[in-house]
Amino acid sequence: MASDMQYTYAVARIRAMEVSLFSRAVIEQLMACRTEEQCLQFLSEKGWGDNDTPMNAEAILTREREKTWETVRELVKDMSVFDVLSYPDLFHNLKAAIKEVTTEETNPNIFIQDTAISGEEMLEIVKSKDFSRLPAFMSGVAQEAYETLLHTRDGQLCDIMIDKAALTAIYEAGKKAKDEIIRDYAESTVAVADIKIAVRSQKTAKSLEFMKKAMAPCDSLNIEALSRAALSGMDAIQEYLAGTVYAGGAEALKESPSAFECWCDNRIIETIRPQIHNPFTVGPLVAYVLARENEIKTVRIILTGKLNELPEESIRERVREMYV
Amino acid sequence: MSGIVWALAGAAAAVIFAGMGSAYGVGVAGQAAAGVVTEDPNKFAKVLILQLLPGTQGIYGLLVAFIALSKIGLLGGSPADLSVTTGLLIFAACLPIAVVGLVSARHQGRTSVASIGIVAKKPEQFGKAMLFPAMVETYAILALLISILAINAIPV
Repeated sequence: MASDMQYTYAVARIRAMEVSLFSRAVIEQLMACRTEEQCLQFLSEKGWGDNDTPMNAEAILTREREKTWETVRELVKDMSVFDVLSYPDLFHNLKAAIKEVTTEETNPNIFIQDTAISGEEMLEIVKSKDFSRLPAFMSGVAQEAYETLLHTRDGQLCDIMIDKAALTAIYEAGKKAKDEIIRDYAESTVAVADIKIAVRSQKTAKSLEFMKKAMAPCDSLNIEALSRAALSGMDAIQEYLAGTVYAGGAEALKESPSAFECWCDNRIIETIRPQIHNPFTVGPLVAYVLARENEIKTVRIILTGKLNELPEESIRERVREMYV
Repeated sequence: MSGIVWALAGAAAAVIFAGMGSAYGVGVAGQAAAGVVTEDPNKFAKVLILQLLPGTQGIYGLLVAFIALSKIGLLGGSPADLSVTTGLLIFAACLPIAVVGLVSARHQGRTSVASIGIVAKKPEQFGKAMLFPAMVETYAILALLISILAINAIPV
């Protein structure tokens, strides 16, 4: 019970902050803005960005992401519980560093900030091939991916190796986690990623071998059956998913590719939604971070749609479900 | 042990256990209240009321202890000569508020935390939010009633 109670202050503060999360109604208001400039003005009025943040989408969205993590760092002493959420960013930085070193090019802004190992440090590790400085779940795959890319120049192979390692790390962290939300999040994340791999592999006619290399095992899906279904066609994937807890994915696949992408994110929101009624444990904090990520992603979709003058229906189809 | 020692132990138990429960309940609700006030200081009054609700058990324990001490003459400075049986009876009479006070205050504290969550998001629902922890109070009042009736019924 003591560990449940240690987040009482933090959860209450998060409850008060949830009031300013964007609801469906606010997203509708944002959608009603005609241009990207109007959207940015609307966001600014809602308190997005800071006084000194430039009035451009990327700067505002980056600042909002930073604000979320600043709040969480202020509330939680032991940040290890959030490691699982930062793995995708950490592995992204590894991927970027390996490509930067093997291609001997220098590209700006390729690293995600606010990770346990900064982009610059990651670059230095890969350059010096001192992979032992990486956490145990990264060092092996980092060396393997680096050597594979160096010898084969196959960027996609390098990507799937690192992506699979990221999924496995998330899944393992979920298995070890004491908090139910981390376990559920890890399971949903890995399963949804596997489904995405199956769908994309089917569309690009990838081999069974490729899918086996890319998919990470999880409890709620049989990846062997899923990859065989992907080989047989989209109908077979839908049929397989219909018999699992991810039946909603089968429905979304029937609808359209963007509806499916939308379902993938909505599934994570569905996983965290029970935390909205939980007054104790770290669950509501994790849910808040994921809800903010989802909110920022949705706003990014709308801003990109407005910038490219996409029809409203097209943007609406891609808008994610909100947490509140 | 003589009767007076048992009676005093009962009064002490009422204060100690009910007070411990209230300290925990008010403490945990206070943490939640502080979290809400950090973000929205305007909700101070509402969350303060919810924080104070689990504090009543400690007061009930104190009340029972006063009655018990008064009954055995300790407050007046002339302790009664109690038999062991009478002392044990007073001790037993103090137990309801001691035990129920401890348990109910802890649960009331947790319920207050949940209700503070309601106020954080929907301050207009304060009335309903207050009812949830107030329900737990019922059982502390029942225990208080029995402790008082029992102590008063014991002939000294």
